[in-house]
Amino acid sequence: MTEATRTGPMLAADGTPLKRSLQRALRAQKLRALMLIAPLLAFILVTFVAPIADMLFRSVENQIVSDTLPRTAQAIRGWDHNSGEPPGDDVLAAFTIDMIAAVERKQHTRLGTRLNYEQNGLSSLFRKTGRGVADIGETYRDQFAALDPAWKDAGIWANLFADPSWRADHDAWEAARAAARTAGRPFAEPVPAFRLNDDLADVLPETADAYLDFARAVQGNRNGDPAARAPWPPVYLALYRDLTAIGVGRIATLDAEAQALLDPAHYAVRSFERADLAAIYRDIDRAWGQPTVWATIQTFSPAYTPGYFLTAVDLKQTPDGIVSQPADQKIYIMLFQRTLVMSLAIMAACVLLGYPIAFLLANLPLRTSNLLLILVLLPFWTSLLVRTSAWKVLLQQQGVINDILVWIGIVDNAGRLILINNQTGTIIAMTHILLPFMILPLYSVMKTIPPSYVRAAKSLGATNWTAFWRVYFPQSVPGIGAGCILVFILAIGYYITPELVGGTSGTFISNRIAYHISSSLNWGLAAALGTILLAVVLALYWTYDRLVGIDKVNLG
Amino acid sequence: MTIRGLLSATALVALPVAAMAQDLPPCENCANSMTVVSWGGAYQTSQIKAYAEPYAAMTGVSFTWDESSNEAVAKLRAMNEAGNITWDLVDVEGPDSQRLCDEGLAMEVDIDEILAAGDDGSTPREDFADSVVNDCYIPQIVFSTTFGYRTNVAEWEGRTPDNLCALFDLENFPGKRSLEKRPKKNIEWALLCDGVEKDDLYDVLSTQEGVERALAKLDTIKSETIWWSAGAETPQRLADGEVVMGSTYNGRLFSVIVEQNQPVDMLWDWQVFDFDGWIIPEGLPEDRLNRVLHFLHFATDTQRLADQAKYISYGPARASSQPLVSTHADLGVEMAPHMPTNPENQKNYLVNNIEWWADNQDDVEARFQAWLAQ
Amino acid sequence: MTAATDNGFVVFDRVQKSYDGETLVVKDLNLSIGKGEFLTMLGPSGSGKTTCLMMLAGFETATHGEILLDGKPINNIPPHKRGIGMVFQNYALFPHMTVAENLAFPLEVRKFGKSEREEKVQRALEMVQMGAFGGRRPAQLSGGQQQRIALARALVFEPELVLMDEPLGALDKQLREHMQFEITRLAHNLGITTVYVTHDQTEALTMSDRVAVFNDGRIQQLAAPDVLYEEPVNSFVAQFIGENNTLLGTVTEIKGGVAVVRLDDGELIDAKPVNVTKPGDRTLVSIRPERVEINKERLSPNAHLIHAEVLEFIYMGDIYRTRLRVAGNDDFVIKTRNAPDQRRLKPGEHIEIGWLPEDCRALDAPA
Repeated sequence: MTEATRTGPMLAADGTPLKRSLQRALRAQKLRALMLIAPLLAFILVTFVAPIADMLFRSVENQIVSDTLPRTAQAIRGWDHNSGEPPGDDVLAAFTIDMIAAVERKQHTRLGTRLNYEQNGLSSLFRKTGRGVADIGETYRDQFAALDPAWKDAGIWANLFADPSWRADHDAWEAARAAARTAGRPFAEPVPAFRLNDDLADVLPETADAYLDFARAVQGNRNGDPAARAPWPPVYLALYRDLTAIGVGRIATLDAEAQALLDPAHYAVRSFERADLAAIYRDIDRAWGQPTVWATIQTFSPAYTPGYFLTAVDLKQTPDGIVSQPADQKIYIMLFQRTLVMSLAIMAACVLLGYPIAFLLANLPLRTSNLLLILVLLPFWTSLLVRTSAWKVLLQQQGVINDILVWIGIVDNAGRLILINNQTGTIIAMTHILLPFMILPLYSVMKTIPPSYVRAAKSLGATNWTAFWRVYFPQSVPGIGAGCILVFILAIGYYITPELVGGTSGTFISNRIAYHISSSLNWGLAAALGTILLAVVLALYWTYDRLVGIDKVNLG
Repeated sequence: MTIRGLLSATALVALPVAAMAQDLPPCENCANSMTVVSWGGAYQTSQIKAYAEPYAAMTGVSFTWDESSNEAVAKLRAMNEAGNITWDLVDVEGPDSQRLCDEGLAMEVDIDEILAAGDDGSTPREDFADSVVNDCYIPQIVFSTTFGYRTNVAEWEGRTPDNLCALFDLENFPGKRSLEKRPKKNIEWALLCDGVEKDDLYDVLSTQEGVERALAKLDTIKSETIWWSAGAETPQRLADGEVVMGSTYNGRLFSVIVEQNQPVDMLWDWQVFDFDGWIIPEGLPEDRLNRVLHFLHFATDTQRLADQAKYISYGPARASSQPLVSTHADLGVEMAPHMPTNPENQKNYLVNNIEWWADNQDDVEARFQAWLAQ
Repeated sequence: MTAATDNGFVVFDRVQKSYDGETLVVKDLNLSIGKGEFLTMLGPSGSGKTTCLMMLAGFETATHGEILLDGKPINNIPPHKRGIGMVFQNYALFPHMTVAENLAFPLEVRKFGKSEREEKVQRALEMVQMGAFGGRRPAQLSGGQQQRIALARALVFEPELVLMDEPLGALDKQLREHMQFEITRLAHNLGITTVYVTHDQTEALTMSDRVAVFNDGRIQQLAAPDVLYEEPVNSFVAQFIGENNTLLGTVTEIKGGVAVVRLDDGELIDAKPVNVTKPGDRTLVSIRPERVEINKERLSPNAHLIHAEVLEFIYMGDIYRTRLRVAGNDDFVIKTRNAPDQRRLKPGEHIEIGWLPEDCRALDAPA
């Protein structure tokens, strides 16, 4: 204390230390402020910023193709989709290995679903192919086995392709397992993770690559032992391709054991009966004989794609550039337009209905207006679902409103009005649900307009209408603006109400987003549609800010 | 004493009477709670009454029920991506189980190994027979999607629909229809009423033209159709008089007709026989998996499946349960005639072609949704 | 008098007003305002003065009685047809219009042509020395400027009657004094009848031809400012207008226009009877602080002397303000001019003070 009092003036006279101590004091203050908002900040980051960022990412993310078909994505780059021919054996062989690995990891149906978004029919094609791909290479397996039965032996394959250190680890593991078995102890030790023999990978690159995938798949699936399972037939296809491609000298670089196995095979493959991959694929499905399917795979093999955004605006990415969707698939532009137009209609209806109510509320004595305000707020305290369901009861053809109209005689029984499961239903129900969002900002703005303005106008000779229109109304415009922004932005993102009362003609783009999230599982398209919706909202907000000024908006 | 404590105490007293506690083997290394996902409504209630309550009484396990089955695939996929599986057991329809199994989101099981043998000594695979639709699926019930219609429509002048194709007959049976907002079943019915033989159905549908033909047939009633996405909607609309006929599950129609006595009747013609059962999410920790298997062994035995039919008119998937189906728990109505498995109800019927739909769902669904939106 | 027979320019004839049907806010108001007169309604808040103004303007309706303007009853004429200019407490300038548009508004609704409008607006702006401000928005003006514009707007359509509802309430003291002068000048130059409402008695005294002091829904006194100050007719007016010393006592005798009052501490003093009538009446004796003299030489021989003890002395520049204890009252204040020969009293000092009997008014004692 005394220290501080003594050094205080010195610091102040000096200048810099004073500034520093001021900064320190401010930093402490800032830190305290930050700590106070930290929970909210973390909450917003986790629940708001992160999901939006994730959504933006998903709308362009397309790694599933290159992750599931890495070899194919690589190999198909050089193929010319305009050649009129499907790609050659290199691509087909790569595709075969990719597919069998994907089938083992249960990824091929997901990939089919993904590619089906771009070309209808690919989902069933991939499922069908997934069932057939395991047989490709059987011809070679049988021929290798006929040459030397060792080629059917799982242990020999593992020995051949594994790094010597893995072989040692594996032997140790087997010994431990045997010991446990004789002792009657439970044994849950996992198989050591497979490591590839680099020398062999140099000589037989395709086979080593395929075998590594095989070993990983076996280990990944309930911790199997690669040394206990013979490789997939497609691995034999890779072996055949490697052996036909290399010279004799390459094998001589390997150890004796490997040479003993590979030399005869290398010699024999030249006389092997060849499997016609193109024909095999054509047999699985004719579609593989067409370049279109391959072109789709080629077009969508990069890790990022504009495809979802193009779909979201009724366009389509093809190998030949961007084209318009066929007429029977064009729905999104129409849905965006419908969403905007109907939201405007709802907004207009809210202004027309809400303005008089807000005016009344603002000009009644406080006690009465508080009571009425509670009536306005009452719907807020009722579940949205309940309110919407109530509208169903009211609006349906056998519902309350039609019953009353028939009873009064305005419509006859056969001509009952269709007020629900169409756009009328959506507009009516949503106007009701969003009305408080119009009334409250209007009310809070009107509350701040002193009655003396209208009185002044009247004393200056204005009639009631002139006083309202020239003096009162212009001052309530900020309230209308705030209410309109609020209602419009809420409306274009609305989902439950249009879903329940909109039928097929009264649903919004948000219903489509929900459909893609929960039913079709096309999350990328849902994200793209959501991103566009977000952009539209921000653009409208920006326009409003430029035209009216967001600072004029008064939410009360 | 907590409520649960009280319950288990009651259970202890009741044990000798129930006499089934002896049948229940102890559960080693098992979690004490389960999150079970189902469809809500009367169906979920029937599961709680027939399986969960007796099981909880014997073991003290606490159940959490989630009514998310209609979004099970999306949610399981999201859980899988997040690496946090919060569900233990999920009730899904056959096609969803196929999809989950295909994508590795559901665990493959050997039902002969994990389920109880039938009361008649048959192995589970024999007992469940055709309802075992894939390697991940543990059958529970069979149900039908069929048609209900109002019995007092003035414009029909006394005519009563006696076959499925009344659906497309706007001349004799005018009025609004209620159909599911999915292509499945609708396009099969459309083709059947467009003159396609049952045996050719999926061959025709496998061509692009087949789907277009079905949609063209549906076009004739599109303007008169209100689409549903929840099974409760059609019965409600029928009861309100909003629609004159519509498709829904037979159990829902049972409750409108028998329990609520509405002027509604139902057709057993070309109803689609369908399967509903359990899947276990892939990647459960061991203690939770043990609990799930222990529960499933109990909940899918012959008696329990027969018990469920006391609460809802869906057929038990076990053949050995059929003779044990008795009367409705509250109404005392004989349940057998209302079961989709009753031979009387099986003159013309389709069985949900899960294979075909698994292959073609994405293609047809995309086309159907575009057709619907236009 | 009954106002109906009177031919004032503005006449309130037995006007009553109640908002809730239970209590009267204005009780039997009779008032006649002459043409060209500047009349101020003065009173504490809730006294009914603003209600009277609003009834005159047409924003409130009289519950009973008649209001006449230039001889014609106006009870059923809506405000916009009365042709009365009005200045509001918060000016009520329309924020979304420029100053010129504000001024043009009354002309526009009266369907004046564009050129005539512009000319009148300019003239009105110049009248309040704001000629260059036509293009501005009200929010860009200072309080005093807004006040001028409000005044100009109320006058631009040349009404014969202007109502002002506490128009200077929001201004600081100096500006207020300046505007008081401006308003009176304009009103007299233009010959407009003005009804001015305020709770500030200085404003009322300096600006008005006549002041109506309101309290409890009634006019307590209607008189010219000097009469009001010098000769309040009751204790409310005496206390409300200016500063006043009051002493409670009982009348013992009234004779020859002089009342003898025995103060509560036993002292006897002479006073001018105003509304006491007979011996035994309780009375409040009031003496203005500046009419109390401490210098005996300046007092006339018949002045009454009384003992006082100095409690506090406050130097206020132009005057000294001294608080005394007189006849048991600790709040007896005297004001003395700051003159070279003036004594500065010290707390604790005991002195003799005195006043002329005619400055000492025996009024009704409040209950």
